[in-house]
Amino acid sequence: MKIAVCVKQVPEGDSRIDPGTKRLDRGGEGALNAFDANAVEEALRLKDSTGEGEVVLLSLGPAKAQDALRKALAMGADRAVLISDDAAAGSDLVATSYALAKALERESADVILFGQQAGDSDGAVLWAAVADRLRLPVVSQAAEITHAGGKLTVKRQTEFGYDVIEAPLPAVVAVSDAINEPRYPSLKGIMGAKSKPQETVTLSDLRVEADRAGEQGSRTEVYALNDPPARADSKKIDDDGNAAQVIFDFLAEKRLV
Amino acid sequence: MSTLVFLEHHGDELLKGSLGVLAKAATLGGGDVAGVVVGSGVRTLADGAGKFGAAKVYVADDAQLEAPLPQPRVDVIARLVRDTGIDTILFGNSVLTADVAAGLAARLDAGINWDLVDLVQEDGKLVGKRPALQDSVYVDVGWTSEPRIALFRSGSFDPNETGGSAEVEDVAVELEDFSSAARMVDQAHEESEGPSIEDAPVIVAGGRGLGGPENFTLVEELAKALGGAVGATRAVVDAGWYPYATQVGQTGKTVAPKLYIACGISGAIQHKVGMQSSGVIVAINKDTNAPIFEFSDLGVVGDVHEVVPKLTELVKQRKSS
Repeated sequence: MKIAVCVKQVPEGDSRIDPGTKRLDRGGEGALNAFDANAVEEALRLKDSTGEGEVVLLSLGPAKAQDALRKALAMGADRAVLISDDAAAGSDLVATSYALAKALERESADVILFGQQAGDSDGAVLWAAVADRLRLPVVSQAAEITHAGGKLTVKRQTEFGYDVIEAPLPAVVAVSDAINEPRYPSLKGIMGAKSKPQETVTLSDLRVEADRAGEQGSRTEVYALNDPPARADSKKIDDDGNAAQVIFDFLAEKRLV
Repeated sequence: MSTLVFLEHHGDELLKGSLGVLAKAATLGGGDVAGVVVGSGVRTLADGAGKFGAAKVYVADDAQLEAPLPQPRVDVIARLVRDTGIDTILFGNSVLTADVAAGLAARLDAGINWDLVDLVQEDGKLVGKRPALQDSVYVDVGWTSEPRIALFRSGSFDPNETGGSAEVEDVAVELEDFSSAARMVDQAHEESEGPSIEDAPVIVAGGRGLGGPENFTLVEELAKALGGAVGATRAVVDAGWYPYATQVGQTGKTVAPKLYIACGISGAIQHKVGMQSSGVIVAINKDTNAPIFEFSDLGVVGDVHEVVPKLTELVKQRKSS
């Protein structure tokens, strides 16, 4: 079984938005998006359960996103493809999903996995756009995946409880972070990752037209950055045995009891 | 401007989040607001939407649309948008709508802005307000072409019952092969008792600081005394202390009650994102350095096992006096 995992490099630690470009500052240290580690783990698990196959990582980002890919390779993925092109900078969902779909078409994977959200932009929608472009079934929020007889059975959380959804292969699945506990790369894995294939492709390699990438290919824009509305003065007390009364009085004053 | 609001339903009810978006759409001006209901046996729901501000409701009523799966809904709405020239499509965020909205964005090559908490007209342009980077910055976002798609953070708007009636129009249902490939084989719904967490005016939530599942009774009793619902953090849901339906946070529900009381909750970003829009936040935690205190109106450094039962008693006494 061939499994493609779409991963993203996110800034390590506190992120900031560049006031000039109004884009996320991607200059600092990069890390593998935490939610994507669940997708990599699930891909490795699926590969192990079938006893054969390949786990290929796909990412769209600057050249140094190779670092994040190397971390996922150290977990056990077999190879990585990075779509890296200056012309892709500033791509929104419409443009990103187009480029990713082009790269995924080249791979013809049986299963395409995503993590449930990006830690930097809190985006939690990309997979459905990619699935539509590839004309493949999509299931999101997967909390459990089983594979048998050419189809996946996915259990997932919703606002109302649990759904069980079946999808024939090939299929796109976004996994929730409840699905597994991602493994830490072993020393052997970390050493081995250095010799695994890491390919970099450009938009033209993927035949992505110039007007479908970057800002030109995007349909949204950022106008301004503002400070968030401030919370009114807050207070903090230590319980001296009377805290319940303090809370009660506070609630009474706010007419909440 | 010609606006369409996706009206999500569960059982025999339109969801409050969708009706809130409908109310918001009605305030934007510039033309009538339409809703769309997609499902099986949903025609009566369409009639109800008129009362909440929809001038027109499109109905896609078909047995193939029974299960709440996104891709058939993309087919229906994409066709509707192409046929009618609707230029703006709005969604209240949910597991289902996030996938519908994103699929639709790809299908129509339409710009999508998500996690919006507001949408306004500024200098003749539609501007979305999006909190970013754990809400440390508010970003003004827009669209460079039509149609535009917006996905709102849940709880951003309250429904407004205007009492009107809507013109109902049936729309054709024609599904792509790949859209019907995924199949719902089972749905297990946990019908929680008491007020649903998203509609509750008061939420009392418990975290790991409670010490064990048995101590959730402290939280339940305070919630009951205040007429509120019980919430839980992902940590305690993952540990099996409390059901998922009560989970508040990035991967659970986003709530905005008038009062949120956090008991033994540290305030990890995962949780903060789901409750920080609450009117008044009270936190009780024994760790003085807990991040929750940074966004609480009243923070108490103390033992939840001591403070919470005392507070419950005080509330009960007030009620009976």
